[in-house]
Amino acid sequence: MAETAWSVDRLPTVAARTEAPRHTALVRVTHWLTTVCFLALLVSGLEIVVSHPRFYWGESGNVLTPALFSLPIPSSRATVPTGYGYVLPDQNGWSRYLHFEAAWVLVLTGGLYVTWGVSSGHFRRNLLPAASDRSMRAFSRAFVRHLRFARPLAADAWSYNLVQRLAYILVIFVLFPLVIWTGLAMSPAFVSAVPSTVTSLGGRQSARTLHFLVSMSLVAFLLVHVAMVWLAGFGTRVRAMITGAPKTGPE
Amino acid sequence: MSTVSRRTMIRRGLAAAAGLSGLAVAERIADRFGLVPPDHGGIYGPGETLTYAAQRLLTRYSLAREFSRSQISSPPFANEIAPPSDHFKRLQADGFKDWRLSVEGLVAQPASLSLDDVKRFPARRQITEIACEEGWSYVAEWVGTPLVDVLRAAGIMPQARYVVYFSIEKAWWDSVDMADALHPQTLLAYAMNGGDLPVAFGGPLRLRVPRQLGYKSVKFINRLAVTDSLQPFGKGLGSAAPEGGYAWYAGI
Repeated sequence: MAETAWSVDRLPTVAARTEAPRHTALVRVTHWLTTVCFLALLVSGLEIVVSHPRFYWGESGNVLTPALFSLPIPSSRATVPTGYGYVLPDQNGWSRYLHFEAAWVLVLTGGLYVTWGVSSGHFRRNLLPAASDRSMRAFSRAFVRHLRFARPLAADAWSYNLVQRLAYILVIFVLFPLVIWTGLAMSPAFVSAVPSTVTSLGGRQSARTLHFLVSMSLVAFLLVHVAMVWLAGFGTRVRAMITGAPKTGPE
Repeated sequence: MSTVSRRTMIRRGLAAAAGLSGLAVAERIADRFGLVPPDHGGIYGPGETLTYAAQRLLTRYSLAREFSRSQISSPPFANEIAPPSDHFKRLQADGFKDWRLSVEGLVAQPASLSLDDVKRFPARRQITEIACEEGWSYVAEWVGTPLVDVLRAAGIMPQARYVVYFSIEKAWWDSVDMADALHPQTLLAYAMNGGDLPVAFGGPLRLRVPRQLGYKSVKFINRLAVTDSLQPFGKGLGSAAPEGGYAWYAGI
């Protein structure tokens, strides 16, 4: 009985979706998995940083060596002189467990997305700037439009614009690989098998500092990304990324 | 319509069952090859198991990085330690001549070694980095007896899967699998940077496990137990670390 009702319910929906969705199911699922993992990595990563909010350059560094820079925050460790009179509670246990579990889900999701993106032509079609856009003129024109917070062009609802494409390429092919690489460079076991992971960066502490800076770049991207989605119409764009709202029938 | 959906559901059910039994088989095989950490339960278990299994497959024989003398950190940083017990202080006042390292469990000849006995083995000298899970690190030269030599002398049995090591400070104990226990760089360290290993750095005897983070290098070691199961120790999670919320495997 319930089965029949369910089937009947589905019919009109299926009939309405004759056009391709704005985002394919794979893009939608990997997008939100990445979102959840990134937020988990961010929160747990900041918890870990709080235990030693000092950064160094080179191979080794500790409270007896000069810092490259320190964050003006209290620490969760009494051994770190921060200038604050109190020590935050230690949260590194669950933070580390969560950080690495989220990292695995993110890497597996990213692997799936990139494999699909290459094999399906998604990257070539939707991320690589169109041939007419591959010039400094086109880029500066699009960039100025963004800086002026100009209303998005109508075409932007159907495909990614030039600045968007370049930003996504930067995040997918530069920042995420870098954050994974610098993270692995801090693993004493991994670098025992592949020492060049860390030696090419100038040492363990350089890797840690870069890991932090790349993570902050990803946070900057996230903030701009959400701001842009907001300007373009938060409800419509978020719904498109959840349900894949069909191209036809603009709201 | 309903026939199609029933068929779809059956197909999905079969796929799910195949997936689950595939996972179960994978876990059996992984456990057989020593790729499942003792703290594999709970919501973080899958991530921990993936990390441990992947790193074990990659690093069974790899050597920790060693450094040149010019890269030794000066001065090194001694992390805070609890004030030593009266028992420890009495041993220290005597220059640790009554310090004993007991070797027990799955060995043919259990032993109780003095520091001099430990030092009688061929020494290994290595300049490695110790990195704390908090983020800081230092490079130092450690001298010690490879754990593998002490285990071989005691006649380690073939069914051994882990070596559990205990600090004289009861709250601290940990364990490593055989890949780390038999690893040439895993040292019972008794000297550091050209002198005896200072108490602040775990003297008179610290187990140095350079392919894992600092907290696996437990200070004040006085007992080794070779075992085929971690169940009888503490809560069965392999070390004091998971009981305090930290991962047993600290290769990352």
